[in-house]
Amino acid sequence: MARTRDESSPLFAGNAAGTLRLIVYLALAVVLMVLDHRNGWLWRLRYTASAVVEPVYRLAGLPAVGVRTMSVAFADRQRLTEQNQRLREDLLLANAKLNRMAAVAEQNQRLKELLDTQHSLELNVQLARVIGVDLGAYRYQLTLNMGARDGVRPGQPVIDAHGVMGQVKEVLPTTSVVMLITDPSHAIPVVIERTGLRTVAYGSRDGDQLALPTIPLAADVRTGDKLLTSGLGGRFPPGFPVGEIRAVAPAASGMFLVAQAQPSADLDRSEDVLLLHDQAEPDGPPAPVTPMGPSGELAPGATSAAPPMPTNNGATR
Amino acid sequence: MNKQRLSLWWFIGTLVFALLSMLVPLPGVLEPFKPYWPALVLLYWSLESEDRVTLGLAFLVGLGADLLNGVVLGEQALRLCALVFIALRFRSRLRFFPMWQQALAVLALLLNDRILLLIVRVLAGASLPPASWWISPFVGAVLWPFLFLLLDDLRARLRIQ
Repeated sequence: MARTRDESSPLFAGNAAGTLRLIVYLALAVVLMVLDHRNGWLWRLRYTASAVVEPVYRLAGLPAVGVRTMSVAFADRQRLTEQNQRLREDLLLANAKLNRMAAVAEQNQRLKELLDTQHSLELNVQLARVIGVDLGAYRYQLTLNMGARDGVRPGQPVIDAHGVMGQVKEVLPTTSVVMLITDPSHAIPVVIERTGLRTVAYGSRDGDQLALPTIPLAADVRTGDKLLTSGLGGRFPPGFPVGEIRAVAPAASGMFLVAQAQPSADLDRSEDVLLLHDQAEPDGPPAPVTPMGPSGELAPGATSAAPPMPTNNGATR
Repeated sequence: MNKQRLSLWWFIGTLVFALLSMLVPLPGVLEPFKPYWPALVLLYWSLESEDRVTLGLAFLVGLGADLLNGVVLGEQALRLCALVFIALRFRSRLRFFPMWQQALAVLALLLNDRILLLIVRVLAGASLPPASWWISPFVGAVLWPFLFLLLDDLRARLRIQ
């Protein structure tokens, strides 16, 4: 950046002072960055300045809302009718499954009482809306219209109708920022539904896939296998769909298998998301969780919070 | 007096608008094409009215942008300071460049800015961005003539400095 002195324009006086000032400002910026990186001041500052920051977010989100409204207003009747029809069919199907599930859930509850486990089938959720704001960290974040005042806490899992989206990273009074599971610095403990193999799914650099870099070579993993949360680590409750394996190949090192997975949640398209309120496991060393969730036939959102079925429970113990 | 106040508000207004545009998301496909608006607007003002744009102002705008963006405090302050410093130093030449040369200079400035950002992010421990991340400076350079003429025209119409 700092050019040699002879490059400087003759029309300018005080170049030395200018360079000195630049150095001072750059140093100040670097010091700020280091301090912020170490101490996380920025979020505290943002929290105090939320009266300014949040209206700006709402304002910046307006174009996205406008586009959404326009697309509804100008969508042709036929498409809306089709969509409505499809949604109605989906609802019918989901309700039918739910009705069947109710009996199973009740039975499950009774059996679990017999087994003396603490898990409950109930989902304690809160509906939140996505604010269309680009926070510039490539594309691994979402902003929601709920915050500390609505009881949102950092670390809360965020899901949509199809699967896990991510977890709450930072909370402002009335907005919060969600870290998506595709963030390269995010990892989520998963279990492969078919085989019960436990592993960890990381975000990937491209931002729309998950990477599973540490599958044992001998493990039985195929394209199309479904991934569920395993509940290990205590942050995500067990049994929620995470993704589906798209490709498996040996790693370059030859020590592991590496798999690519497609997230089940609509990370790009979701407008409404659910914030999970019950933390599945208490903090501390996780209890030995049985990896098997309910089969993929069951409705994902409402039922898959169910801890393992009793038969599997018996089998793995 | 009134004119001065108006021109000051116009100046502040464009900067605020640039910060807002930075936050407005584009549809997924267009996302990598989004130019870095605060840099472009600051460049325009540093070429057109050098007494208003100082390093301190660039620093403050950058801090504001960081506060809104929430990545690392000081990141954009650093980038905008470097950008405005170079622009101010070569101001007398840049101003008399024909438009296409000016656009090329803007491209170089924006690329330099991206490299700075990359250094900061990598030092902070982030992973390398995808290749499409490098498109944005080119879009900024292509938009530069239009932005420049638009802002100039608006300023002439409002008859302000």
